Amino acid sequence: MFENLQDKLEGAFKNLKGQGKLTELNIAATVKDIRRALVDADVNYKIAKEFTDTIKDKALGENVLTAVSPGQLMVKIVSDELTQLMGGTASEINIKGNPAVILISGLQGSGKTTFSGKLANHIKTKLNKIPLLVACDVYRPAAIDQLKVLGEQIGVEVYTETENKNPVTIAQNAIAHAKQKGQNVVIVDTAGRLAVDEEMMAEIYNVKQAIQPQETLFVVDSMTGQDAVNTAKAFNDRINFDGVVLTKLDGDTRGGAALSIKYTVNKPIKFVSRGEKLIDTLDIFYPERMSQRILGMGDIVSFVEKAQEQFDEKEAQRLQKKIAKNQFDFEDFLQQINQIRKMGNIKDLLGMIPGVGKAVKDIDIDDSAFKKIEAIIFSMTVEERRNPDILNGKRRERIAKGSGNTIQEVNTFVKQFDQMKVMMKRMQSMGMGKR
Amino acid sequence: MGIFDKIFGKTKSSEEIIVEEKQLHDGLEKTKQGFFSKISKAVAGKSTVDIEFLDELEEILISSDVGLPTTIKIIDRLEVRVARDKYLNANELNNILKDEIGNILAENNTKDLPSFLPNTDKKPYVIMVVGVNGVGKTTTIGKLAYQFKKAGKEVLLGAGDTFRAAAVDQLTIWSERVGVQIVKQSMGSDPAAVAFDTVQSGVAKGVDIILLDTAGRLHNKQGLMDELSKIKKVMSKVIPDAPHEVLLVLDASTGQNALEQAKQFSAATQVTALALTKLDGTAKGGVILSIADEFKIPIKYIGLGEKMDQLQVFNRQAFIETLFE
Ligand SMILES: Nc1nc2c(ncn2[C@@H]2O[C@H](COP(=O)(O)OP(=O)(O)OP(=O)(O)O)[C@@H](O)[C@H]2O)c(=O)[nH]1
Ligand SMILES: [Mg+2]
Repeated sequence: MFENLQDKLEGAFKNLKGQGKLTELNIAATVKDIRRALVDADVNYKIAKEFTDTIKDKALGENVLTAVSPGQLMVKIVSDELTQLMGGTASEINIKGNPAVILISGLQGSGKTTFSGKLANHIKTKLNKIPLLVACDVYRPAAIDQLKVLGEQIGVEVYTETENKNPVTIAQNAIAHAKQKGQNVVIVDTAGRLAVDEEMMAEIYNVKQAIQPQETLFVVDSMTGQDAVNTAKAFNDRINFDGVVLTKLDGDTRGGAALSIKYTVNKPIKFVSRGEKLIDTLDIFYPERMSQRILGMGDIVSFVEKAQEQFDEKEAQRLQKKIAKNQFDFEDFLQQINQIRKMGNIKDLLGMIPGVGKAVKDIDIDDSAFKKIEAIIFSMTVEERRNPDILNGKRRERIAKGSGNTIQEVNTFVKQFDQMKVMMKRMQSMGMGKR
Repeated sequence: MGIFDKIFGKTKSSEEIIVEEKQLHDGLEKTKQGFFSKISKAVAGKSTVDIEFLDELEEILISSDVGLPTTIKIIDRLEVRVARDKYLNANELNNILKDEIGNILAENNTKDLPSFLPNTDKKPYVIMVVGVNGVGKTTTIGKLAYQFKKAGKEVLLGAGDTFRAAAVDQLTIWSERVGVQIVKQSMGSDPAAVAFDTVQSGVAKGVDIILLDTAGRLHNKQGLMDELSKIKKVMSKVIPDAPHEVLLVLDASTGQNALEQAKQFSAATQVTALALTKLDGTAKGGVILSIADEFKIPIKYIGLGEKMDQLQVFNRQAFIETLFE
């Protein structure tokens, strides 16, 4: 009964005690999958590669603490790193200054004007300041009207100069106007432009130089593909923006552009925008949500989290001590079995252990193997469970009877349990159990 | 001028051809640099297609938003062809690659259009324009109206976006710019009613082509997609087979989400043609290859700037040729 299982259980223990480590081999397939998922989510190809390589290197050698596979652990590590990378030092929007000036930039159709309206509303209702919107898109037909309509909807003044085709002077005049009117945050909406349009990039550079904004924001469509890096970099090189705004997140895009941009220019993502309405559609950025959205492996991440919760760190230390002192008993054993069973199917779990996967493939292990062991242990008294040494012939006979096994079966089990204890101790003293 | 002579030579003055070629060339120049010129570099001095080259090719295709499945398909086909035909130098490999990419486009019905004009005797010919927010629907309508009018057609615009602030004003300015008529109602009115009005008025006026603008909408919003189906349906009450064309506008800078857009807009409105805008930027627009690969929707127009004349009919050969130059 115990023969086949013994090796496997050792493996499982190894896993539980944190002696499995992430190796190049046991995560190779996962790293590939992760990279593929990132690229599928529109994360820039090079960045996906670099990112996974860096994390893999960092993760190698790390202990697989609980009953999760190395691959699953890798997914979790990537997810955490992703969250951290995108979170960084997210700072509030800077509206100090009198007036504070916010410059809005981005490609055509990215959602600048709608965002400007949302931001004005946010500043007015949440930050209790008086905003002024400024229409500096002098090119797109009816762009000025569009901003005017939005301003009306939220009760914010919109500064326009229909005859003036120079965004620099419009913006300057608007600031003077705000000072006079006592408005304390000036939001300058600009025309969409391509990063390769030299003339237009010079224009926004000039606007920025002229008005010295407290905050320059780069607005980007969350559906953007591989080009996000080029555009973000070009805009950043030119106008050194302070933060990023992700728009249209109410769509179903995975939004990998967010990672590409953060990775490339390392500027905080300050707002996300979801929806065409101006009210209640502007959010602060939650790195964790975004990383889950991009990676799309939420199931695995939460599985690992659950497993990690269940794995009690202190318990592990207590066990290690017991093993070292050769005090590992049947109660501990029972607990370990339960631990394993909580994680799910035993065969799957064993299969995740490096080197074990192939071995268990053809072996029929199911929970009934555990049931037998459990039955034997359950037939012991508490004293017997805590002191395996007191199991004499008479006690064994009683246990065999109580658990519906033969005395030979009980003997084999106890013998193998002793062997296992020795093994565990030896492995531990080899330093494999250290964390 | 090569390829452009063949395609545009008969119907256009050589002056126009030069302008268009320059536009396409300028617009695609940045695209080109990151794309096929790299391939040439990758194969330079090599005599076999090795892993390194294929890796490079994969990177180039993915970085152009072609997407994984189509990238793999192109690479597979290339390998098959190379095994069969044997290639000798970068030039030949380029040709094979060009061929295979062309095939993918050809397989989805993308034809080389001789001109902007629909090949039809339907009058009025109704085109409904759809797409997500900000891709360039209204601008593309303005540009198309300009082309149709230039070709001597009577054009009528319908201001079906009654939702986005100043959308009607925007289309009105385009109608004035181009010099065509427009049917509009006030902001906030029922877009289906505008669509109905437009088609009815187009019939009464005897115009040749009707272009209907619609509000941008994200394809995962069922309510808005249903509205689009309704707008479409209402037009058929005036002309049973209208709209004759449903043009889905895609932004070249969009990544893999464009596939989902194509899928959902097709489900709601049976999209019949694609327009790819903003190809004057650094975005490569490679996702159209994926879309071509997955859906049987031909690509008809490409946008290369914000000006009236910066729209071109999609020409498979010209597109690929320019990329390979
Ligand atoms: N560079 C460039 N800009 C373009 C092109 N086509 C459209 N645009 C710009 O993209 C922006 C959005 O274009 P619109 O035509 O308003 O887009 P839309 O799809 O009608 O937008 P909504 O109606 O708001 O959903 C405008 O600033 C256009 O000038 C193009 O081919 N190249
Ligand atoms: Mg529009």
